[in-house]
Amino acid sequence: MNIIVCVKQVPGTNKVAVDPVTGVLIRDGVDSKINPYDLFALEEGFALAEKYGGQVKTLSMGPPMAKEALKETIYMGASEAVLLSDRKFGGADVAATSCALSLGVGKMGEYDLIICGKQTTDGDTAQVGPELAEKLGIEHIANVTEILECDGKTVTVVCDLDKVHQTARLSLPCLITVEKDANTPRLPSYNRKKSMNCDELIKVYSVADIPEADEKKLGLSGSPTQVERIFPPEKNTDRTMLEGSANELSDSLYALLKERKFV
Amino acid sequence: MGLIIHNEKIDGSVAAKLIDICPFKALSFENGKLSVNAACKACKLCVKKGPAGAITWEDEEKKETVDKSLWRGVCVFCEISDGKIHPVTLELLGKARELADSISHPVYGILIGKNVKDHAAELCHYGADKIFVYDDAAFEQFRISPYTAAFYDFIERIKPSSILVGATNMGRSLAPRVAARCGAGLTADCTVLKMKENTDLVQIRPAFGGNIMAQIVTPNARPQFCTVRYKIFSAPVRSDISSGEVVKMDITDDMRRSGTEILSVTEKPREIDISDADVIVACGRGFAKEADLEMARELAELLGGQLAGTRPLIEAGWLSPKRQIGLSGRTVKPKIIICLGISGSVQFAAGMKGADLIVAVNKAADASIFDICHVGLVGDIYEIVPQLIEKIKGGKANV
Repeated sequence: MNIIVCVKQVPGTNKVAVDPVTGVLIRDGVDSKINPYDLFALEEGFALAEKYGGQVKTLSMGPPMAKEALKETIYMGASEAVLLSDRKFGGADVAATSCALSLGVGKMGEYDLIICGKQTTDGDTAQVGPELAEKLGIEHIANVTEILECDGKTVTVVCDLDKVHQTARLSLPCLITVEKDANTPRLPSYNRKKSMNCDELIKVYSVADIPEADEKKLGLSGSPTQVERIFPPEKNTDRTMLEGSANELSDSLYALLKERKFV
Repeated sequence: MGLIIHNEKIDGSVAAKLIDICPFKALSFENGKLSVNAACKACKLCVKKGPAGAITWEDEEKKETVDKSLWRGVCVFCEISDGKIHPVTLELLGKARELADSISHPVYGILIGKNVKDHAAELCHYGADKIFVYDDAAFEQFRISPYTAAFYDFIERIKPSSILVGATNMGRSLAPRVAARCGAGLTADCTVLKMKENTDLVQIRPAFGGNIMAQIVTPNARPQFCTVRYKIFSAPVRSDISSGEVVKMDITDDMRRSGTEILSVTEKPREIDISDADVIVACGRGFAKEADLEMARELAELLGGQLAGTRPLIEAGWLSPKRQIGLSGRTVKPKIIICLGISGSVQFAAGMKGADLIVAVNKAADASIFDICHVGLVGDIYEIVPQLIEKIKGGKANV
């Protein structure tokens, strides 16, 4: 089986705030990591490849430093990786991101299955997987909690549809997005870290490297949605602030709960 | 189009300033040249806050490519979940009415399913002008291709200006698929929606994984898609009079085609659902270790409520993901939420701002949670919570 797993590098912390006076964004020791949801997608991929034979390749779009996230996927077990990195990819919304990823998939040869995490921890949209499937013209199913079997022509999965679980069989090739806690993700292997030559295994493509790329569909130009403005969240001015000893405060809270009939 | 970097105006110190302003590490300075990479989110802060003229913004040459007058109506995707109308549908119909009235557009619903006539009639009691129904055996179970095909057919025929979809698992799978087929924009998990006179839908949501809200518009494309979580808006009161008309849509064989076969559908075992709780005790990083959650659990039990938490606690494995409040967890709208040791990120706030009464206890007087709470207590949860528990127990004993 040829499996592609899409990953994204996300900020290690989400402590980015706006200074209410200057309007400038305040960074607070932002480091980076693989989107935690993608770890479950990677694990599903590795487990399938181990069970049925085949390989897992990884794909990402991002700044040059996103290569670090792809290196980690290689240490975990990916055979090779593709990074789409170019200023022209920047400022992309979901539509432009999935367009870029579909071009990346085109660079990765034949595939049976694409696996994405359910969502990212920075964008939190959960939209890129389904849009990518549409761009590739393949079937998709979201919120997969378990892959039951894969027979080379189809994959059978269980997905979470809020109130019910669906067991569904999809023809390959297709795309699935994997729920959190579908499995226990593996750690990067020390041996692979020692032995793998990531510079050979990770290919970095710019827009110029992809002849079929249409710049009008990528990055900012390819994004139908536009950010008009960003602003700090509104403050609630109608509030009561209480200070004092723990005894006084617990008294006040108890009185409030009693007054509102919660106790 | 986009950012223009005027390197002739940029020396090392200007570059350092700009690099510092950029929250996304999208700028780098090498060999005396500043450049921007793919991490750029087009927030334009470098243009607005940086040294004047160093970086400028060239607006898109994009002409208005779409004739907005051809696109009319605010449409709601009416989700049938386990044989019932999902309540988020009613909340969205209420919001759609408000948005549509401001531009004198009609409110539409699109309903896809099998034997859904009665549901369609019922939806006409919640302010919809027309419910377009795709009723066929092919739509009995949610499968992506038939639902997408029907939805796309509806958009091609009716040309609605805005489309609101509930951010349920079904909605979050279907909306992006349909939006991509239309080449439309899609904004996930909007917490505020407004309408401009020119029919541009103003979509506000927490953004960039930071403590920031973004206002998003789709000025050059129609339809405009957004998803909204359950319990963000309020459902309108059911009217005794049916205000709308049910329109039966033709089904084609193309719509029935699918590469997905549903083998079985099973009820999920009943599990805790914090989104329906009236009382919630929510815990954050103010708790030093897992065992300390016990006092919060006891408080929740005494109040007949549910225990919930923020993402760090869920990532640490202290609480089940089902108990996570926020953008990556659940949205809750309880009568009261008591936030213990929670700093109050915008992602968390987006998941609980609808609560009737927000009480926050935090040691740090400048915690963001105090900006959104109704009653804030500056103090130590390790002292206040045990004392409160004693008082509740004592109070009960006195009755």
